[in-house]
Amino acid sequence: MTDRILLDHGSGGKMAHQLMTGLLLPLFDNPLLAMMHDGAVFDVAEGRLAFSTDTFVVDPIFFPGGDIGDLAVNGTVNDVAMCGAVPLYLSMGLIVEEGLAMIDLKRVLISARSAMDRAGVQLITGDTKVVPRGAVDKIFINTSGIGVVAPGVRIGGDGARAGDRIILSGTMADHGIAVLTQREGLRFESDIQSDTAPLNAMVQAILAAAPAVRVLRDPTRGGVGTALNEIALKSRVGMIIEEARLPVAPAVAGACELLGFDPLYLANEGKLLCCVSDDKADAVLSAIRQSPFGRAATIIGRVVADHPGKVVMTTGIGGQRIVDMLAGEQLPRIC
Amino acid sequence: MTIDSKTFSDRFRDPVVARGLIHQIEETADRPMRLMEVCGTHTMAIFRHGIRGLLPPGINLLSGPGCPVCVTDTMDINAFIALSQREEVILATFGDLLRVPGSFTSLRKEVAEGADVRVVYSPTDALDLAQQHPERTVVFLGVGFETTAPTIAAAVLEARSRKLSNFCVYSAHKIVPPALSALMTTPEVNIDGFLLPGHVSVIIGMQGYREFFDQYGKPCVMAGFEPLDILHAVLQLARQLATGEPKLENAYPRAVTDQGNPRARDIMSQVFMPSDARWRGLGVIPGSGLAIRPELAQFDATRRFNIAVVEMPEPKGCICGRVLTGVETPLECRLFGKRCTPMDPIGPCMVSSEGTCAAYYKYTGQQGNR
Repeated sequence: MTDRILLDHGSGGKMAHQLMTGLLLPLFDNPLLAMMHDGAVFDVAEGRLAFSTDTFVVDPIFFPGGDIGDLAVNGTVNDVAMCGAVPLYLSMGLIVEEGLAMIDLKRVLISARSAMDRAGVQLITGDTKVVPRGAVDKIFINTSGIGVVAPGVRIGGDGARAGDRIILSGTMADHGIAVLTQREGLRFESDIQSDTAPLNAMVQAILAAAPAVRVLRDPTRGGVGTALNEIALKSRVGMIIEEARLPVAPAVAGACELLGFDPLYLANEGKLLCCVSDDKADAVLSAIRQSPFGRAATIIGRVVADHPGKVVMTTGIGGQRIVDMLAGEQLPRIC
Repeated sequence: MTIDSKTFSDRFRDPVVARGLIHQIEETADRPMRLMEVCGTHTMAIFRHGIRGLLPPGINLLSGPGCPVCVTDTMDINAFIALSQREEVILATFGDLLRVPGSFTSLRKEVAEGADVRVVYSPTDALDLAQQHPERTVVFLGVGFETTAPTIAAAVLEARSRKLSNFCVYSAHKIVPPALSALMTTPEVNIDGFLLPGHVSVIIGMQGYREFFDQYGKPCVMAGFEPLDILHAVLQLARQLATGEPKLENAYPRAVTDQGNPRARDIMSQVFMPSDARWRGLGVIPGSGLAIRPELAQFDATRRFNIAVVEMPEPKGCICGRVLTGVETPLECRLFGKRCTPMDPIGPCMVSSEGTCAAYYKYTGQQGNR
């Protein structure tokens, strides 16, 4: 194979076939993909299906703690999982810029494959396009995912009730800051890693501990602040969170201070928010803490009947302020 | 650059010490008082930590003209936009300016139309851009106070030593003390004391305010940006008002000295000279701007380009000018939260991350009809 991706690799002709049989098929090998039909046909279990799609344009494509490959897999796995579903199958569409080093493409795809293994999902259909230099930046990836929701599970943004506890599964803003440290003009040394991770096993553990959990969200773009606002609006409830209980890694907090970012609005790629009734909160919290991605989980606040649609924060010094949705984009191309 | 842990700032956010300071403020503040925090970073910190609600109701904190983007006049914004429309120009700017509306359009809209506007984090990035694009002219939009002006001055000197002929600066810089004097002589403005801007004070030092203080005799306290810094400064202002002895005090001694940073001021004066400047809300204030010295004319965008700027009225209904002088609050503006939001701002105070309207919108939840 050539050292770099050429326009011919997306032509549908010989070189495209080579890329497919030489790289993609062996890497993602499974019986459904091996059929090489226009689409995949599969059986489904009892229950309802959850379906989600997301497109990944992160810049740079390699960042501390991950790359666009595992990010694209984890992102969609998590979106499906937040529906209360067990994710099963993924599709993947690649848009590759002419000239991308073949070794970079391989690295991204290998990382996507390992992420699928970690999450226990399979790639069953895909597509590759190559566009002229400058038409995209290196590589953009779309993934869609299908999962099965077990009978009785009802998850939605409208399920928060006054009295619920709000649980966050770990530290905020790691992904946002990790990507930022690699940006031109802002490069700085740190050991901050993206938190990109599959949360499907954690979700199943939560549902096992408290089958009646009604709200799960992964606070990606827009961060915890925006996700809480969306839940408060949809559920027509208010929320009170406590600044002193919000988990932020010290290095991330330092970087946010220095750069003027609020960690409440920075992206997470391996965290979830969960609203659960008071009597189940401890059981859910310990279920989350059993997960390797949830050791720093904590109760950050509670759902109240007052000020519906609004999230209020008790600040570290004892003041109060509104936590609004993020207006506009704090950082472009974060995922 | 390495990032240190957050423990340092935690020391200035201690809830027990905060409660102690608030208690002392309650004991000391024996009358209603209108205190102006001049700096936009103070405004944001006051909201972010919920400080207003912790103070006795008689203490009214007003936001002042200390957000550089907010006080930039529409005429200057229109000039920036006119520059962005020139084929040969790469406009380099800090991010906040992108969304500020001019009379007809904004830089962000011009970018969508094809203008080449680059967001930089430091003026030296703009020098690198000039070096990489010798066939284009890089114009850096100099917006800021004494805090940013020295770094931009240093970039101009660096451009001269690198012999970069395709780099220049549009200087809309402003300096703070003349604006304080202008506030004192503006009718309707009613301020009992000033929380002076910490960052600016690092550069100009306590001595930078002495003339202002001697002339008007208003309580003045230089303050840092952590919650305890701000509470401490408010306590000092309350004490001065209670005793009837106005002073010029430094509540930020870990960063501010009497002399400030003479080296930064020296670099500034090698490149800039005082000029009259037009402030949104305050009008033309003599000696409050920084123009590029004639011997460095080749680095002065206003001399290199013939930019026709026409005086334009402020957007209809926008009261940014009155907000910037503390005469009215954003809640008194009929556009606030309705036609003017951070997503679709009409006035600059809604755009800048340090703007008073943006702070009210983000942190008070009082967003008109939303």
